[in-house]
Amino acid sequence: MTTNDWMQILLFLVLLIGLTPILGTYMYKVFSGKKHFMLPVLGWLERFTYKFSGVKADEETNWKGYAFGLLVFNLLGFIVVFLLQLFQAQLPFNPAHLPAVSWHSAFNTAVSFMTNTNWQGYAGETTLSYTVQLLGLTVQNFVSAATGIAVILAVIKGLSRKTTDLIGNFWVDITRATVYILLPLSILFAIFLVGQGVVQNFSPYETAHTLQGQTQVIPMGPAASQIAIKQLGTNGGGFFNTNSAHPFENPTPLSNFLEMLCILLIPAAMTYMYGKMVGSVRHGWIIFSAMFLLMIAGLGISLYGEFSSNPFFAHLPLMEGKETRFGITNSVMWSTFTTDASNGSVNCMHDSLSPLSGMVAMINLMLGEVIFGGVGSGLYGMVVFIILTVFIAGLMVGRTPEYLGKKIEAFEMKMAMIAVLAPNVAILIPTAWAAVSQMGLSSLNNAGPHGFSEILYAFSSAAGNNGSAFAGLNANTPFWNVMLGIVMLIGRFGVIFPVLAIAGSLAKKKIAPPSEGTFRTDNWLFVGLLIGVILIVGGLTHFPGLALGPIVEHLLMNSGVAF
Amino acid sequence: MKTIKIALRIFLLLTLITGVAYPLAITGIAQALLPQKANGSLIHQQNKVIGSSLIGQAMDSSIYFSPRPSAIGYNPLPSGGSNLSLTSAKLIKQVKDRKADFLKKNGTNNPSSIPSEMLFASASGLDPHISPKAAEWQVNRIAKNRNFNSVQKLKLLQLIQEHTEQPQCGILGEARVNVLELNLALDKIKE
Amino acid sequence: MLEATKDSFRKLNPVSLMKNPVIFIVGIGAVLTTVVVFTNIFQGSFSGFNFQIAIWLWFTVLFANFSEAIAEGRGKAQADSLRKNRTETLARKMNGTKEEAVPAPQLKKGDVVVCETGDVIPSDGEVIEGIASVDESAITGESAPVIRESGGDRSAVTGGTKVISDRILIRITCEPGDTFIDRMISLVEGAQRKKTPNEIALSILLSGLSIIFLLAVVTLPAFFAYSLKASGLPMTQNLTIPVLIALLVCLIPTTIGGLLSAIGISGMDRLLQRNVIATSGRAIEAAGDVDVLLLDKTGTITLGNRMATNFVPAEGVSPEELADAAQLSSLSDETPEGRSIVVLAKEKFGLRARDVQQHNAVFIPFTAQSRMSGVDLTGDDGKIRHIRKGSSEAIRNFILNQDGFFPKNVEDTVTELAQMGATPLVVAEDDKVLGVIHLKDIVKGGIKQRFEQLRSMGIKTVMITGDNALTAAAIAAEAGVDDFMAEAKPEDKLQRIRDEQASGRLVGMIGDGTNDAPALAQADVGIAMNSGTQAAREAGNMIDLDSNPTKLIEVVEVGKQLLMTRGALTTFSIANDVAKYFAIIPAIAIALYSGKSGVGPLSALNIMHLGSPESAILSAIIFNALIIVLLVPLALKGVKYKPISASKALSQNLIIYGLGGLVAPFIGIKIIDMLINLF
Repeated sequence: MTTNDWMQILLFLVLLIGLTPILGTYMYKVFSGKKHFMLPVLGWLERFTYKFSGVKADEETNWKGYAFGLLVFNLLGFIVVFLLQLFQAQLPFNPAHLPAVSWHSAFNTAVSFMTNTNWQGYAGETTLSYTVQLLGLTVQNFVSAATGIAVILAVIKGLSRKTTDLIGNFWVDITRATVYILLPLSILFAIFLVGQGVVQNFSPYETAHTLQGQTQVIPMGPAASQIAIKQLGTNGGGFFNTNSAHPFENPTPLSNFLEMLCILLIPAAMTYMYGKMVGSVRHGWIIFSAMFLLMIAGLGISLYGEFSSNPFFAHLPLMEGKETRFGITNSVMWSTFTTDASNGSVNCMHDSLSPLSGMVAMINLMLGEVIFGGVGSGLYGMVVFIILTVFIAGLMVGRTPEYLGKKIEAFEMKMAMIAVLAPNVAILIPTAWAAVSQMGLSSLNNAGPHGFSEILYAFSSAAGNNGSAFAGLNANTPFWNVMLGIVMLIGRFGVIFPVLAIAGSLAKKKIAPPSEGTFRTDNWLFVGLLIGVILIVGGLTHFPGLALGPIVEHLLMNSGVAF
Repeated sequence: MKTIKIALRIFLLLTLITGVAYPLAITGIAQALLPQKANGSLIHQQNKVIGSSLIGQAMDSSIYFSPRPSAIGYNPLPSGGSNLSLTSAKLIKQVKDRKADFLKKNGTNNPSSIPSEMLFASASGLDPHISPKAAEWQVNRIAKNRNFNSVQKLKLLQLIQEHTEQPQCGILGEARVNVLELNLALDKIKE
Repeated sequence: MLEATKDSFRKLNPVSLMKNPVIFIVGIGAVLTTVVVFTNIFQGSFSGFNFQIAIWLWFTVLFANFSEAIAEGRGKAQADSLRKNRTETLARKMNGTKEEAVPAPQLKKGDVVVCETGDVIPSDGEVIEGIASVDESAITGESAPVIRESGGDRSAVTGGTKVISDRILIRITCEPGDTFIDRMISLVEGAQRKKTPNEIALSILLSGLSIIFLLAVVTLPAFFAYSLKASGLPMTQNLTIPVLIALLVCLIPTTIGGLLSAIGISGMDRLLQRNVIATSGRAIEAAGDVDVLLLDKTGTITLGNRMATNFVPAEGVSPEELADAAQLSSLSDETPEGRSIVVLAKEKFGLRARDVQQHNAVFIPFTAQSRMSGVDLTGDDGKIRHIRKGSSEAIRNFILNQDGFFPKNVEDTVTELAQMGATPLVVAEDDKVLGVIHLKDIVKGGIKQRFEQLRSMGIKTVMITGDNALTAAAIAAEAGVDDFMAEAKPEDKLQRIRDEQASGRLVGMIGDGTNDAPALAQADVGIAMNSGTQAAREAGNMIDLDSNPTKLIEVVEVGKQLLMTRGALTTFSIANDVAKYFAIIPAIAIALYSGKSGVGPLSALNIMHLGSPESAILSAIIFNALIIVLLVPLALKGVKYKPISASKALSQNLIIYGLGGLVAPFIGIKIIDMLINLF
């Protein structure tokens, strides 16, 4: 690695730490209903939205009402995206005359964008019209992110209120998230991206006559507006097939750097906002630190994997599936960050990463997307682990466990275990099925342990609502589209509903004031504990799978065995 | 029921805001301020589009600089990488073959090892760039096939330098040369 | 021990196993493995390896049962000694004015019985008439008899105790089979032992983890099938059921699962050793959580008796003169206050206690009417000295009746002392006021340190007293409590508890009187003193047989220790998994991708260098079983407990049980593997 490589990493980390409190403070103001500088600019839009939709902003609901609103709203999103795809041939703005999408691919894509997964079983440029991309996908990019934010806001209310069952107004939360956070940031970022060369038009595909005298059809479209929100909303679904490796999505190292920053920006700032809203900024930073350390550790292993020599290619830099303008370091950084956050956009082909780097990405997915994770979803996933940590370690101070003054009892434990179990069930069982069935195996692109990794990665990515892939796997088959769709649903709502239930139950409880006897969640010891619990409870389950996939592949590669 | 009514309306409104107004606004701004970039950084020659400076294209001719290997043969519909793993025998063979081809094409007289991006396929299959080193590797071959004299050959080397984009903002990314732009400039070397 | 071993087998009954999901899974595994072993035998092959796995799985279940049985056994012994006291005697039931003999177990609530000297009280009740001294050693172990009388706070009597003087009428307050002793027995035996809230939550965690690992294990054969195919190996080499079960049992939290109920039972047991009976396990947990302790001043913070600390003479009286008179007046005063005056006079002025009989001394005892005590001495000259001590009002009346006068400076001293929180006792001889004895509440030795410890544990102490605010503040400051409630009425106490609870705190208190009952019921931890009223005993969730107010602090410590033990063993159990993975995964995956050598690349994960795949799996499962037995003493005794802050306690326990849990199995499994490979 060169000095430049280190400088880029350092610059990135410094910016991430620096921007966290700035955006965090802004989000805190927005979601606590305080005055902020965007209020004069966009306040009218918020008020108009409520008026238009018949929302009474001060009417709050209990957790069941909140969950019901969320469910209806998401279901609506699913139906619209699903139908748009089935009827795209009849809809306007389809200059490439793309036919209707198959039912299973449409199902998969609709689920995928509704759940903030943005797994792509299809290739955008050859499958979806502009109408579907905008009315279907871009909208879901916004609202699925807003849904994630809404859930964490409900959790915050559950923690910071006492003896009530109201945990907020879902409509207000998604409106504010969209209007004040996602929309302004996306506008700024989209314009910047165009400046770097990202396309933004409604033109038909351009036919070029190349220097060599061949024709090359160059796809077009309103890409910049979607890419901005895909990164900011940790969606990750590309406009084009190769996602952020495509020069039209990510043309320069600068666009690459800032897209990468946007992947982690909101999830990181969420920790600060969270701390401020639950009354302990320090606790927010402690959560940030746990995430940050896990991220750095993953990045370290991944870089080691990529920069190590191996018997096949000796010291040749491993540029397979990577772009010249980014080089190896930026590709590895992206692969780590995009899997830490449940973003899933890629600027290099993860399938061609070294086994160790691929493993880091996979572990990031398997831990439940809590290393910053998706907007909102990363943090509420983390809260589940915090609850487990508080429960296991909290007893050791000689009190029944409590988190921020809220007693953690049987109901919270039950819900937390469901939230942990759901994604794990969704990874393990389908992986086992695919690994022994012809329907699963026929889609593999690689043989040997790497083929197994492709399966494991796919379900881990779907369960974690990430969306990145070992993309050699041909997932556009009925088996894969349906299975992955179901897994995405379990991975999303199997966590959201228990988490909302926890929020509702916590809101009802009293808040015990902290004392010397309280288990502290704002010191470094807690960071260590939290990391330990995440790795042991979240990660240990997958040790066998990892051993039979990337670990054995790494060992085989080093002893010169190819498949 | 009330919830469903609200959900329908708010969904409709948010669709209009984020799915219509937002992309249209961005398109408007982009087309007004940055039309060249917003429309794909296309390169025109004699009123014909010969490509995009961001999209690499295939080039087999020995009088031009070769781009990176592409898993999709530079056909952008759809973009794609090989997705081969490092333990893939196919990849190992591909790299071996590409190395042999590259040496056969460009001669073995260059002392430094072949830049790895010329042996590995890119992620998008549309990588428009190669490293300056990879370009320099091809200078002898192009000069020979174009019957360049030593002045022209020097100019060729200068051309590479001129077209080398250094890491952005001093540190971001890698140094690189845009192959299409370089090849277009190459044609302009007269004497 | 033998009994416990027998019980371990008795507990193999699936119905009782089912209560513990983790161990139940192990039990199913043991059955399945055994079935496999026998099926193999019928098919003519015998696998020693499978047989050993089966054996150790059964041991795992038995060890878990054993830990529970041994914990229960300790309680049983106690219960047996209690049972001896259960009365089978005939009760003398009053039927109107007639007396009839009824067997004690047939007495119903509301019956009235009579007990006279020598009678054993047939059942729990309340004295409605009379006063008697009762020997309660059967339940408290204390041989000194106690007074039980109708009305007031000492009216409750317990079945099985014995009247040793006088006659009382008792109204029975409980239904047959539900007497205090009956309930104690069932509590101690664990018959009524329900899972506590925290135990339930922990069980959910453990079950959840078990399900996760169950999933990991049942999906493994499919993962293996892929890998075998990719390695070119036959499917017959896929994982066998015994190996999968061994892996599963190693991964699920059997250690804490096996010891969980033993920890809970032994927590009750530790309370019992301190002569406290909890009516539910929940109360012990709550004790660990207590944030605020309401402590009665008298008996808890102060010695309960005031002590003389100073003599303040009146104008024109020398201190010696005052001390002399004070001592004389107190020589036969057997109250602790009186004795302390004699001692103070001796210490300060070298006045020795004299034989006063020679002076024809007549002692005047303290009465509620006179509110003073003293002595009349006949001097050699025949003159009678009337020495009196008492409250300032009483002495004032005494003096004024003799046409004496009450000096101003004495009056000032009295006021001043009262303001300091002390009790002034005025001494007079005949018509002359000699001065004031300064009687002070004496704070118990070491109590201040105790409160400091509590504070470091995050527990606030509140002193409750009937004294006025000034007195209370002075004592509170001296004792180092965080807060005090002066002139506290029972309603105030109740309100205070409600306020604390409303702000999210858990409150513990100890009390005895009927007027304490509402507060005891409201408190999260309410300890009723056994000497108290039946109402108080019903209201509290613990009963202190010693009736010692400081017990509250010990109870808190037991509660904390119980929770710590549970947390420590859970952490230990979960941390164990890392090593077990490193033992079993390389062992089962050794053949994969091995080519011709037979040793595949995953043997690199065998970082413990275990001898063979079989010995690795066996070592892990043996370790897993043995660790339960090895930790039984810890589960029974509880982890080491020190009164320190949460953060310190956490780091200490974390190093021992977290880090220990990570490292210990690596060492243990390696040692067992070496032993296996020796033979």
